[in-house]
Parts: sequence; C-alpha cells; structure tokens
Amino acid sequence: MAVRVQEADFDVGAELAALTAGNHKVGGLGVFIGVVRDTAGDAAVAGMTLEHYPGMTERQLAAIEAEAVARWPIEASLIVHRVGRLAPGENIVLVACASAHRQAALDATAFLIDWLKTKAPFWKLEETADGESWVDARESDDAAAARWRR
Amino acid sequence: MKLLYFAWVRQRIGVGQETVSLPAEVATVAGLVDWLRTRGPGYAEAFRDTRAIRYAVNQEYVEPDQPVSADDEVAFFPPVTGG
Repeated sequence: MAVRVQEADFDVGAELAALTAGNHKVGGLGVFIGVVRDTAGDAAVAGMTLEHYPGMTERQLAAIEAEAVARWPIEASLIVHRVGRLAPGENIVLVACASAHRQAALDATAFLIDWLKTKAPFWKLEETADGESWVDARESDDAAAARWRR
Repeated sequence: MKLLYFAWVRQRIGVGQETVSLPAEVATVAGLVDWLRTRGPGYAEAFRDTRAIRYAVNQEYVEPDQPVSADDEVAFFPPVTGG
C-alpha cells in the first residue's frame, strides 16, 4: 500500500510490475490513469498547474487507501499523483489495485479514484486563450463518490 | 496559529500561509472567518461566499462550528479538483 505525490512523470509498466512483484496471490489488477485533456468545454487547454496541500494530501490519500483495504480483499495498491505544470497528454494520476479476483480489483480502483477526486486536497488551474482559471468542482464527481457511501 | 490558503483563496488573500495570534473572541472556524474578513479587501473577497470554502483543522476536514485553539493549523480552500 503506497501513496506518492510528485512532480515527475511515472512509468506505468514499471509501477505495476513493482506493485505485484513476487506476490502470486494476485489474479488481476485494476488500473486508472488520469491524463490532461486539451479541451475544457469549448475552450482549448494549453496546460494546467496542479496545486496541493502538502501533508494533508498524503494523509487523505492514505486514509482513502485504508478505507479501500477495509472494504475489499486487496493484495496491493498504489496511488501516484502529480503536481506542478502539466501539458495536454501528460499523466496526472495513477491508481492501481491488485487482488485475487477482478471484481475486487476493479471496484476498489473505481472507489479510490472517485474518493480521491472529492477528498484529496488538489486543485487544477487551467490555461486557456482567456487566461488562467481554477477548475470548478463537478457535481458529477460528488455523485460518483456518493455511490460508495455507506 | 498557522493559517494556510490554497488555490483562489490564496490568490485573493495574496499569501499562501501566515502565522497569526488568535484573537480572544475567536472560538471556532466560523469565528475565524469573520475575523479574517476584517483584515483587508483580499480577505473580504476570498470569504465573500463561504459556501465555496472548505475547512481543515490540523489537516482534517471540519465544519465551520469546529473549535479552534492557538496551536492549530487551519486551512481554507475551494472544493478539491484533483484526479
């Protein structure tokens, strides 16, 4: 179980190989990779800058991961989230869960990214032709997180 | 008391963090917001609509009625947009 916040890109293949290395109880991995889009509605996006709350971010990510471990039989999990300036096409976030069976791996992965989006203290500043603007939180993200509430 | 501001809250106030002496009359996060509003136009603008503000005390989410004390780290920020 690990969480990391970093400016550098991540190598998905290397991260996933390291996540399950030597653990042959793993029967499948769920993986989500968030990537910078080049559009926001009708506007072209030149890039974005990710800001976060050092300390609280890691605590929130660890708490979210612990909740996933409590709910599903997870063999290994990983959250890597980038900060700083990112261009369209660049990776933002990697979430991966390994489990004996696919349903737990896929559900836990969806849970992690849904909860991360509404709880982890990151903010996106988008660059368009109109200048810079902070991305608004989306109700659809709240709804996605709410389906995991119990 | 250490205060932290992020995203547009930080931009409107003009600093990312500051250390303040907690006024005696401030007992809660909401009281702290009311006091901060009086510190200048940037603060007033940042806290104009508190429906758009989230609060953390010592790096845990709290509601506005959360008590605060001089040793606390209190953060103010908009709804999060990571992932």
